[in-house]
Amino acid sequence: MPAFVVKADRDQLVIDQLTAAFGADILSHERIADMLVINTTKNVLHQVAQHCKEQLDFNFLTTMCGMHYSERDTLGLVMHLQSMRKGHRIRLKAEVPLKEPVFPTFTDLWDTANWMEREAWDFFGIQFSGHPNLKRILNMEDFPAFPLRKDYPLEDPTREDKDDSMFGR
Amino acid sequence: MSKAIVKPDYWQHDMVQSGEHKELTTLNLGPTHPATHGIFQNVLTLDGEVIQSAEQTIGYIHRAFEKLAERRPFYQIAPLTDRMNYCSAPINNMGWHMTVEKLCGIETPKRVDYLRIIVMELARIADHVICNSVIGVDTGALTGFTYIFQQREAIYEIFEEICGARLTTNMGRIGGFERNFNEAAWAKLRQFIKVFPGKLQEFENLLVRNRIFMDRTINCGPFSAERALSYGFTGPNLRACGVDYDVRVADPYCSYNDLDFIIPVGESGDTYDRFMVRSQEMKESLSMIRQCVEKLDKMPDKKTFSADVPEWVLPPKEEVYNEMEALIYHFKMVMGESNVPVGEVYHCVEGANGELGFYLVSDGGRTPARLHFRRPCFIYYQAYPEMIKGSMLSDAILTMSSMNVIAGELDA
Repeated sequence: MPAFVVKADRDQLVIDQLTAAFGADILSHERIADMLVINTTKNVLHQVAQHCKEQLDFNFLTTMCGMHYSERDTLGLVMHLQSMRKGHRIRLKAEVPLKEPVFPTFTDLWDTANWMEREAWDFFGIQFSGHPNLKRILNMEDFPAFPLRKDYPLEDPTREDKDDSMFGR
Repeated sequence: MSKAIVKPDYWQHDMVQSGEHKELTTLNLGPTHPATHGIFQNVLTLDGEVIQSAEQTIGYIHRAFEKLAERRPFYQIAPLTDRMNYCSAPINNMGWHMTVEKLCGIETPKRVDYLRIIVMELARIADHVICNSVIGVDTGALTGFTYIFQQREAIYEIFEEICGARLTTNMGRIGGFERNFNEAAWAKLRQFIKVFPGKLQEFENLLVRNRIFMDRTINCGPFSAERALSYGFTGPNLRACGVDYDVRVADPYCSYNDLDFIIPVGESGDTYDRFMVRSQEMKESLSMIRQCVEKLDKMPDKKTFSADVPEWVLPPKEEVYNEMEALIYHFKMVMGESNVPVGEVYHCVEGANGELGFYLVSDGGRTPARLHFRRPCFIYYQAYPEMIKGSMLSDAILTMSSMNVIAGELDA
């Protein structure tokens, strides 16, 4: 990818290369606000990330987080990749069914994925096959739930003195 | 040789058993320990005084900010961000406001941008002052700490004039500030600009070319650029390894591209380099503040302190009491009913210890559908075992304090 291309063309180059390499597994791509978002499937997410890292110069995993789409009963993984040399960022997304939430680990590409994956496991229950040490990170180890899922209540459900129906979501 | 000298084998007989097998010591460093400056637990395995491995436990002050944010209107999330990196809370506040502004497409006037830069750079100086002086304390030099801490006090007094709070500031609002800077704030700011360079020099004179300090910090906890990038380092820690990545330059926000500044970088990524990078950054920050003050002095407009977005900026009280529209906006805002578009944005600012990112997903509701904080501490602290492996226990303490790990940000 030449360094002098303007932002929109740069996005187009990434789209072209990824669709050429992965075809129908690149489900969709769009530009939301200032960033290119690529939706892909869980089967190829690791390969897409690897392709981005090795071929497209996205050397830096900025952040990775879990998502819960309660309306579709799926869990998602959102990765922000960054090419420091080009000053270019993209977002990769993939979803897995809630019943079988397994992604391959990304620790082989970036060491920093280690804790990010543990966080996604801790809060969403997303498993990462091949992760060296997949256990809870911020919550206590015997915590009974995955608290950032939408069905986990924020308020203590046993309280009756507080009526929040007018507030919050 | 005198017979009185005891052979090492004798006094170590219960440590060294046979052949290469050694008995290792397990040491619990933390969770609360005066040298860790926060609640971090590290279970160290030591061979004598040399660290073989470390296992970290984090999450002691986890407060579930990401979950809490899903139940709060957008303007009520700013106080949560205060409590992440509480040493430089205004940067977090401004980062959050800018994220919402990006989502809603709000353009802020130049004057607001410059005021924000002043506040953010003051916060950066305050943060670096703490980190650098604490590196001094951990090497045994308490004097510098006691001197330079007065300057942090001066910065907090400026914050107090601007927003009324000192540590957890909740400064600014979506769209700008809650009020204009008052005369006292400007006076204190100008005084600070005048006094600080001398005080910083005084502090540096105590440490920078100090033989004891140099021996203690050079080659202590070094880290290579490749490993740092793989571990997601950002901020001064990455720049100390020799990578000139700074969000203020790579992804300019808030009119940083109007200013003239350099990014200091180190070479070997050791404690001394991290110290020097921060030290130099403070000077750059001060120069940015000076440039902003000059630009603001030249501006004819002295009144604007927020963008013209009545949906987000609270109207003055007298208007609320006397005008229908102002009352409606006031009510709408306080109840968290300001309209937010559906969408998702990632916005990052250069926090005092790295790239602080906010990934905000909105479904058009009154609260975020999902908010993820990219906390620089959380991401780079996982490299700590690798950094201290094979070094002495006392170097491990120094490495941690020079990494500027803030417990509040680590655990969110």
